[in-house]
Amino acid sequence: MTLKPLRWLIPVVVFAVIAGFLYAGLFRDPREVPSPLVGKQAPAFSLAELHAPDRHLSPADMRGQVWLLNVWASWCVSCREEHPLLVALAKTELVPIIGLDYKDKPGDGRAWLTDNGNPYAKSVMDTDGRAGIDWGVYGVPETFVVDRAGVIRYKQIGPLTEQALKQTILPLVRRLQAS
Amino acid sequence: MSVTRRLLLAACVAIVLAPTAHADDALDLRLRHLESGLRCLVCQNQTLAESDADLAADLRREVRELALAGRSDDEIRHYLVARYGDFVLYDPPLKPVTWLLWFGPFALLAVGAAAWVAVGRNRRRSRPDGAAEFEAEARRLLRAGATAPAEAGSGDAARKPLDA
Repeated sequence: MTLKPLRWLIPVVVFAVIAGFLYAGLFRDPREVPSPLVGKQAPAFSLAELHAPDRHLSPADMRGQVWLLNVWASWCVSCREEHPLLVALAKTELVPIIGLDYKDKPGDGRAWLTDNGNPYAKSVMDTDGRAGIDWGVYGVPETFVVDRAGVIRYKQIGPLTEQALKQTILPLVRRLQAS
Repeated sequence: MSVTRRLLLAACVAIVLAPTAHADDALDLRLRHLESGLRCLVCQNQTLAESDADLAADLRREVRELALAGRSDDEIRHYLVARYGDFVLYDPPLKPVTWLLWFGPFALLAVGAAAWVAVGRNRRRSRPDGAAEFEAEARRLLRAGATAPAEAGSGDAARKPLDA
């Protein structure tokens, strides 16, 4: 056979391919399920505001500006982790952040913001979690970037990190604001 | 409340609920079947039917309401896929991105079978040097053995002293 001298390569190549897949798998978080909503119109809701329950907010009210939707709750442990970043981001006034207080008691949510600082332009109450389901929320905290036309452009699952904010979210926000 | 009163109350409740019980059973069965094919996003190796996660309970509520509103199983699945992606389905749909997943194992099987056949054919074709002469010699000896029973007999005789 003419290929005989190269035959030892076959198992080596097979091993390399398998090892490559497994190695890449080490750095992928199985909890991060890509959202089918990225690139689609943000799902509608009309929810009472946390600090003014007689007023309602819907994503349509944010038309014309780039904004972030941050899903949080007073019971959520890793929300504490990302909260200082949100507070710092709000101070820069680069982009308005709307809070979705997910499956929370309104009193608890308000108290939590008083204690930890309130980075949100407004927060709305998703008491029964329906808006969360419509937005495909499955692990609080989550953060969505929505463009001027109301299209979801990015979804961060789990707490924001400085790296995610600086390398992905803020550049995206700037790009969307410029367009 | 006395025991008799309690029993009476239980009987009343049972009578009131009895006519709807049958329809509920059918719905429960249908929902359980549907939910066992859906993944819970929070504890990813559990189905929606068996998960205790908060979100799973909410999604079961949502699924039940959709079913009660007359939506078909496919419509309900579509509702969840639109929000959470194909990942919620335990049975991934057949489409170009999942071709590798569906056909990959069969492709590997075909490659293995082809390799097996090729190696077998190779082995038959490439025989060690002198194999033909060896075989011819072996055949000759066998034939010779078959036509010379005396030789075999003498062999037995030669072994006898050892047996004794």
